[in-house]
Amino acid sequence: MKRRKLDPAEATANFAKGVDDRFQAATPLRGLLNKVFPDHWSFLLGEIALFSFIVLLLSGVFLTLFFDPSMQEVAYDGSYLALRGTEMSSAYASSLHLSFEVRGGLFMRQMHHWAALLFMASIVVHMARVFFTGAFRKPREINWVIGVLLFLLGFFAGFTGYSLPDDGLSGTGLRIASAIMLSLPVIGTWLSAAIFGGEYPGELIIGRFYIAHVLLIPGILLALISVHLGIVFKQKHTQWPGPMRTNENVVGERMFPRYAMKQGGFFMAVFGVIAFMAGMFQINPIWNFGPYRAAEVSSASQPDWYVMFMDGLVRLMPNWQIYFGNYSLPPLFWPAVVGLGALFTLPMAYPWLEARKLKDTRSHHLLQRPRDNPERVGIGMMALAFFLVATLSGGNDVIADKFHISLNAMTWAGRIGLLILPPLAYYISVRICLGLQQHDREVLAHGVETGIIKRLPNGQFVEIHQPLGPVDEHGHPIPLEYRGWVVPKKMNKIGALAPAVKGFFYPVEKPAEAPVSPAPITSSKREEISSKR
Amino acid sequence: MTTLHHGETGTPVDVHDPKLTRFDIVKEGLRRDDIEIVTYESQFQGPNSKAEKRMVRSISLLFLISGLFGLAFLVFYIVWPWKFEMGETRSDYYTPILGVSLGISLFALGIAILAWAKKLLPHELSIQQRHGDPSSDDERLITGQTMMYVADELGVQRRPLLKGAIALGMAPLGLAAAAPLVGGLIQNPHRDAEPMMYHTGFDPVTNGGKLVRLSREDGSPIRPEDISAGGQLTVYPGIPGGATNKYADSPTLLIRLRDDDAATARAAAEGDKNGRNKGSMWGNFVAYSKICTHAGCPASLYEQQTNRLLCPCHQSQFNIVDNAQPIFGPATRRLPMLPLSVDDEGFFVATSDFKDTVGPDFWERP
Repeated sequence: MKRRKLDPAEATANFAKGVDDRFQAATPLRGLLNKVFPDHWSFLLGEIALFSFIVLLLSGVFLTLFFDPSMQEVAYDGSYLALRGTEMSSAYASSLHLSFEVRGGLFMRQMHHWAALLFMASIVVHMARVFFTGAFRKPREINWVIGVLLFLLGFFAGFTGYSLPDDGLSGTGLRIASAIMLSLPVIGTWLSAAIFGGEYPGELIIGRFYIAHVLLIPGILLALISVHLGIVFKQKHTQWPGPMRTNENVVGERMFPRYAMKQGGFFMAVFGVIAFMAGMFQINPIWNFGPYRAAEVSSASQPDWYVMFMDGLVRLMPNWQIYFGNYSLPPLFWPAVVGLGALFTLPMAYPWLEARKLKDTRSHHLLQRPRDNPERVGIGMMALAFFLVATLSGGNDVIADKFHISLNAMTWAGRIGLLILPPLAYYISVRICLGLQQHDREVLAHGVETGIIKRLPNGQFVEIHQPLGPVDEHGHPIPLEYRGWVVPKKMNKIGALAPAVKGFFYPVEKPAEAPVSPAPITSSKREEISSKR
Repeated sequence: MTTLHHGETGTPVDVHDPKLTRFDIVKEGLRRDDIEIVTYESQFQGPNSKAEKRMVRSISLLFLISGLFGLAFLVFYIVWPWKFEMGETRSDYYTPILGVSLGISLFALGIAILAWAKKLLPHELSIQQRHGDPSSDDERLITGQTMMYVADELGVQRRPLLKGAIALGMAPLGLAAAAPLVGGLIQNPHRDAEPMMYHTGFDPVTNGGKLVRLSREDGSPIRPEDISAGGQLTVYPGIPGGATNKYADSPTLLIRLRDDDAATARAAAEGDKNGRNKGSMWGNFVAYSKICTHAGCPASLYEQQTNRLLCPCHQSQFNIVDNAQPIFGPATRRLPMLPLSVDDEGFFVATSDFKDTVGPDFWERP
């Protein structure tokens, strides 16, 4: 019998038919291939967080293969001679083993740590983008809340993670965590005893943190990230205003092939940067800290950067203890429990608070330029100023040391700065926004300054303005309406001059795209500017 | 518009028409998904233009660079001496080499894919309608009524006995489900005869009723002449495991003050308001708990000139010639003082446990 020749095209078609017979995949798959995504560089910040998370999962699985989450005391006998013979927990010994005696182990450990720092940093920057452009407005409030939760979970993932090696630094962090639990009224001692399995430090905490760090927290993170992306997909991405763009459509490019390829390329680039940092920049050199001993600490004991704001708030808090008869509330309670709680619940409530204030019940798919909502920018800058002062205060001993400033002066500067700087940031940023708004309106009304100065017969000097739209019979520009998008303010933005430097920031093939509000400049020919009068 | 597909516009085409190109069929799909392609144009003048060839060469080069460094990573991973050794050895460069080679390889791959997408593929501008409208009133009504119907069927509203029974039946079961999950964790922090919050390794109970000696980290006891004036030493309870984390609240700072400072400190201790520090000094020696009363870090930076102890975690500062009262920072409570004496063999002992509570503050501290 003659065998039929296998036709690859036919085989593929048969396979596709088989899939569709079973899953009815053709229509939804076409919808996916065709889905249109708007494009802007600022939409990629959240992706960095997603890609870092993937790197975290991959490198984290590798680390679990060598890490021993046990507080059993052992004498170190590895190749780092400075610690040989020292009594330490198995957790610390296995972290050292992972760093020194596993091929590429240190590389993977540093990759995990750098990816975690990048994960948190990109979440913060992504949240700032979403906040300042109003992308959290209806219908996206829930996704904003999930985003805040992701930051909170990332915070705990990071804290449980850097506690695991059980080195001198992480033990100090655990000690403070225990003190924060103790500061809770009524249940404080009970909570600390429950979590540490008795008196601090006990012998259970590393094992408990381990399961939280490798199973519970990443599980919830993974679930929330899936929901986060699913909602973005369902609600379709927001877009900037611009020509053809309305609240009812999405202007961009289809997911396949161009958009998806850009995502894939960006992932590899982010991965590459993390790998480079993991090899080149040392992070958390645990062998320098030694095993955790309750009696030992060095100065400059800083947590990872995303925990520093809390450490800073704890440092700045004055020693105000409140007494209720025989009971008392330690000052640690306010920054560490109330402060952390407020810093997460207030942002969660913000979308509804703003909508209530503006009596706004509509759905928004077009972003707002920050200047168009000065109060929101003011509030955001206030929050950032607060975060910045708190974070810097978390390292105020290092600043005091490096710049030869008195430590107490740094504390007082932080205390005063925490009260003064946020309102100042609010005021300044609101004024800047209003100024930018005014300038936009001015250009729309009078046109772009050409830099050409004309002398009138009576001796007066005037600058000639290039109208952006039609002019009336006297040659005066007809004022244009502001459309929520970039207003060209320089002559070369409307095609008077080609970009001066070609290649790196501007595409070589084509001049910089003319911003197109209020109307696209369609003429491709460039005319010399002349005074028409 | 009421059509079969949501909001679709334009005229449908027969996709089986043999005259249609593949792009025509793609466009029909776009029409069905309510997408309009506004512009879709190649970035190059014509097929096989010089610019395109140049771009293809650049992208190919990037892929080759990626492969080259990927290979380099693999080779170095295998052949470079990786085992850590003390001192300056070639193994010091193992991690940086891995980082540089893998970093460049991945980054070049990323840039290659990005350049392919951005520079080779046609520029396109498509518009898709959002269809973000809420469900129609009819749909909302039907779904709402369906849910109410389900509730009616269950008839909980009509059968109040059932309602009460469910509440009474489910609540205990719910608690029963939660209890074993939480209950196993709960420990009474005040249950022991020597409650853990108020008890350190210096309590004679840990030493079979005998007074506990002060010892160094290696367990050796300390004589007064071991410390010079103005000197200080971290001491631990002289019991088995006294210097380990099992007695994490016990580390203590033993300080030998100069004569004038000692006089000031003794006057302050004797004049202590609640009398707990009375008679706790021995000669010019004073011992304070090292565990900060703020957040539990070791308050271990001793400033000899100003007689202050500073906690490096949150910069609480304590005045050691005034019962270690807090004078700056977030701590509210003084460091507990360990009552000192010297036994017949001439070694330091603690005459009792700390009289103040050691460690961070909490709600029910006496």
